[in-house]
Amino acid sequence: MQNSLKTFALSLVGLFVVGGLWTFLSLNVAPDLPSPWRTWQESKIYVLNPWEKRGEMDQGIGLMTAYSLFRVAKGFFLAIAIGTPLGFLLGASPTFFKMFDPTIQLLRPISPLAWLPLGLILFRQSEPAALFTIALCSMWPTVINTMTGVRAIPQDYLNVARVLRLSPWKQFTKVWLPATLPYMFTGYRLSLGIAWLVIVAAEMLTGTPGVGGFLWQEYNSLIYSHILLSILTIGVVGFTLDRMMGFAENKLRTV
Amino acid sequence: MSFIELHDVGKSYGVRNVLSGVNLTLEEGEFVSIVGASASGKTTLLKAAAGLILPDKGTITMGGEKVTDFSREASFIFQNYSLLPWLSAYENVRLAVEATFTDWSKKQHQEQAEKYLQMVGLGAAMRKRPNQLSGGMRQRVAIARAFATEPRVMFLDEPFGALDALTRGTLQQELSTLCRAAGRPVTALMITNNVDEAILLSDRILALSRGPGATLSPAVPVNLSRPRASDLLLHDEQAVRVRNRLAEFLSAGSDRNRSKPRPDLQAIAKEIPVEA
Repeated sequence: MQNSLKTFALSLVGLFVVGGLWTFLSLNVAPDLPSPWRTWQESKIYVLNPWEKRGEMDQGIGLMTAYSLFRVAKGFFLAIAIGTPLGFLLGASPTFFKMFDPTIQLLRPISPLAWLPLGLILFRQSEPAALFTIALCSMWPTVINTMTGVRAIPQDYLNVARVLRLSPWKQFTKVWLPATLPYMFTGYRLSLGIAWLVIVAAEMLTGTPGVGGFLWQEYNSLIYSHILLSILTIGVVGFTLDRMMGFAENKLRTV
Repeated sequence: MSFIELHDVGKSYGVRNVLSGVNLTLEEGEFVSIVGASASGKTTLLKAAAGLILPDKGTITMGGEKVTDFSREASFIFQNYSLLPWLSAYENVRLAVEATFTDWSKKQHQEQAEKYLQMVGLGAAMRKRPNQLSGGMRQRVAIARAFATEPRVMFLDEPFGALDALTRGTLQQELSTLCRAAGRPVTALMITNNVDEAILLSDRILALSRGPGATLSPAVPVNLSRPRASDLLLHDEQAVRVRNRLAEFLSAGSDRNRSKPRPDLQAIAKEIPVEA
């Protein structure tokens, strides 16, 4: 108890140091950068009325976050719906692995900013293009971790499946899937993190309402404190998502 | 014709020649053990006999038919229990029952699994997961799983190797009882590095020479009445003799004594009187 209190206090100290640096920078180095206090003053309307809708791009921070989260959820589920079976195939079949691994290694490091124009060309609409980008960028950790998980299934379990003469379906549901589940969840956690990173880029370029779209619009209208509000919101939400997935992952691991 | 026959079986992994010229026959209902030092190729031999790996040379037949895959009528018990950790003891056993008796009803599956768990004394703990059970209890679950499919043949890969001496003694007796209590004769092939264990359970014992190119000694019969108590090993003249000879062979096969000549197993086998 004493220890966790100390940890908490220390993390607050860290927060204050960064806040102090922010204040110092805004006062002395970059006069255009609003101080923490000014940021709060100018953006409290968004925070105190989080669900208010005043216009298409002028909405409470709760609504903006909800739009973004919804979009991320769609892209993320698309990513794991494609990534999980792909990971299974790569892990289970050496032929499949040899065939597609080089391509995957090639596609993996491509930035979301590079995919988005391609999505726009393909779908001619911003929403599917955004989902395409989120899914394509966030898929890889799921693919790689699922693949690793399948390869790491202990030989013992595979022997059991063999000597019990389990049907292919039973083998999958009773041996492969439960043995791979912890790895898959690690992949899902990392994928969700990336999906959230990509949302900002996707919304900036497509101009759709959401935290990222809001950030870009406020940059264009020169209201810098709202940029900071967006940045902080993105950080808080990303942190919360990661903690939630981490919690689920731990639950799974103890089973 | 014998129930299981291995004829001139050989197996290599790359340039490493693990087994060569292995001949072995098992009559139906017989319990045969193979003793050998670790890394002598015992597991390879057992897996080949079970159809889990295919030999490079020679033939293996079961009931007159060539063995090409793990038989539907066989069970396998592993040294490290090999239970699925995400299933309870009961679910582990039921999974095997379901896979074997596909035409049974759900209720029959359930009753069969429960019956065998009760036979190994796990009636009260059957809802527990393997990680909540002790090593001995886990191996009991594995034994229940192996017998619940009502096999004709049982392959045992050092089944008690990971257990403490006391638990091992109890489980050996239980295994012996289960083999004899089954509705039809169970043929069993066990590998072990424990000579006492082999004497307690087997009708015949063979020693596997040290690899590479390990080969089997002639069989040493164990004609002791059952049930066999473990103190028998200390007092019974034949048991003592069988054990001494096998132990001698095994120590000659170990690295430390590599320079010593191998004992003549043919002579040892003849020396042991076969009681009627």
